[in-house]
Amino acid sequence: MIKFQNITKIYPPHSFGETTIAIEDVSFKVNKKEFVSIVGRSGAGKTTLLKLLLAEEKPTKGRVFFDGQDVHKIKPADFFKLRRRIGTIFQDYKLFPSKTTYENIAYVMEVMGASEEEISKNVQEVLEIVGLTSRAYNFPEELSGGERQRVAIARALIHRPEVILADEPTGNLDPYNTLDIIRLLLKIHEFGATIILATHDKKTINVLGKRVITLEQGRIIRDEEKGRFIF
Amino acid sequence: MLISLKRIIRSGWLNFSRNKGLSLATIFIMVMTISLVTSLFLFRDITQFLISSLQEKVDISVYFKEAVQEKDILQLREEINKIPEVKNIEYVSRETALERFTQRYKDNQVVMESLAEVGNPLLASLNIKAWEASQYITVTNFLETSSYKNLIDKVDYYQRKPVIERIFSITSAINKTGIGFSLILAIVAILVAFNTIRLAIYNSKEEISVMRLVGASNWFIRGPFLVQGAISGFAAAIITLLIFTGALFFLSPKLEILFPGLNIFNSFTGNLGILFLIQIFTGVGLGVVSSIIAIRKYLKV
Repeated sequence: MIKFQNITKIYPPHSFGETTIAIEDVSFKVNKKEFVSIVGRSGAGKTTLLKLLLAEEKPTKGRVFFDGQDVHKIKPADFFKLRRRIGTIFQDYKLFPSKTTYENIAYVMEVMGASEEEISKNVQEVLEIVGLTSRAYNFPEELSGGERQRVAIARALIHRPEVILADEPTGNLDPYNTLDIIRLLLKIHEFGATIILATHDKKTINVLGKRVITLEQGRIIRDEEKGRFIF
Repeated sequence: MLISLKRIIRSGWLNFSRNKGLSLATIFIMVMTISLVTSLFLFRDITQFLISSLQEKVDISVYFKEAVQEKDILQLREEINKIPEVKNIEYVSRETALERFTQRYKDNQVVMESLAEVGNPLLASLNIKAWEASQYITVTNFLETSSYKNLIDKVDYYQRKPVIERIFSITSAINKTGIGFSLILAIVAILVAFNTIRLAIYNSKEEISVMRLVGASNWFIRGPFLVQGAISGFAAAIITLLIFTGALFFLSPKLEILFPGLNIFNSFTGNLGILFLIQIFTGVGLGVVSSIIAIRKYLKV
């Protein structure tokens, strides 16, 4: 379903810096309904890989396919068609500061043209799952880091996308919440979604017992079914 | 489609009402811009009035010798009337001239006494008005070459010539600088308003990129900003209209003392419909077009 083919991503230097090689000749496939974790230290290239799949960044070399389509051949005006099929939990949440929790989550369904009743029902459900029912009408700046992260998760799940990209989704959560979120991701996976989880949380990975791709300095050093976090 | 439109409008309204400070600043700048456009419109009215009242005052007078009979003068008037450049002619007989003269100087004892001594020293005359300043020369040429030349004592075109030419060069200068000035001011005002909206959208650029990343189409992103711009423009147009109605209502009588016959309030209310259309068009147009241009570069992510 998802294929990275000889991907290299080099960021040009800033005024005095050097060029950064974020990804170097990376190739792998993710099958439909697979649960894949991408692990590695900060700066290993995890987030860049996810950005490439979302067409947020262009590869310097190589191609990325989603369902047989070359992601970087899509016109910018049509990016939304790809992105509606992918739910993304961003590392820095990327919530809308001027929208309430409810509106942040509902937005994704609104853009897809869902009816008000459907939106209201789904948002209530998801809010319950992430435990934020009482925070529905608060703005992001009124929420704690963990709460914001849960809003971001709720927004990524609400429209039941085929693929979920989770970039450090548990980074700001306490161990109890972390476990809940991982269970939630497993549940969504059971319902048939493909999950790509980028994390450096050792415990999480070892609990999962799913495929693990390990990145180091932009290269894949390990790709194992039922992998573990090893450094 | 309909539901999306509803959502876009609602979202535009929410953006507008939640960012009160920014919305007020945008409206304020737009009120300035629309006021400027409106005052240019009114200014044009005032200059037109001044120009035409100046031009009203320009004419040439043909004085006839004392012995000339009225019927000859009237005959000449007929002839002059045939010249296409002539706008109108007024015949002032010796008696009318005296009447006007005494009317004007009735309080001046010395003048009145000397007048009583000499009798009526005034000459009969024709006051001729042409459509344009350059046409007076045609009229005087005709007078000088016609068979009536002998009846004429003097044509005061030559005395007045410099004044007449001066007035016309001033009025055309007023017109030209007025237009030039208006254009420059309008461009400045539009750029300021555009920049305000650009800054407002720059403020939301993060939000716009997130909208793109969670799968919103370009129109769904652009829409609320356009609605927001349109609301600001509309509000600004209404505020400007109210300000102008109030200000002109109080100012107009004072201006009328300065320029008798000029009533801006009347010309304002008389053109209210078209003025309001211009204001709405400027406000909403400015809001929408600026938003479209400003948002363009953030829709590439």
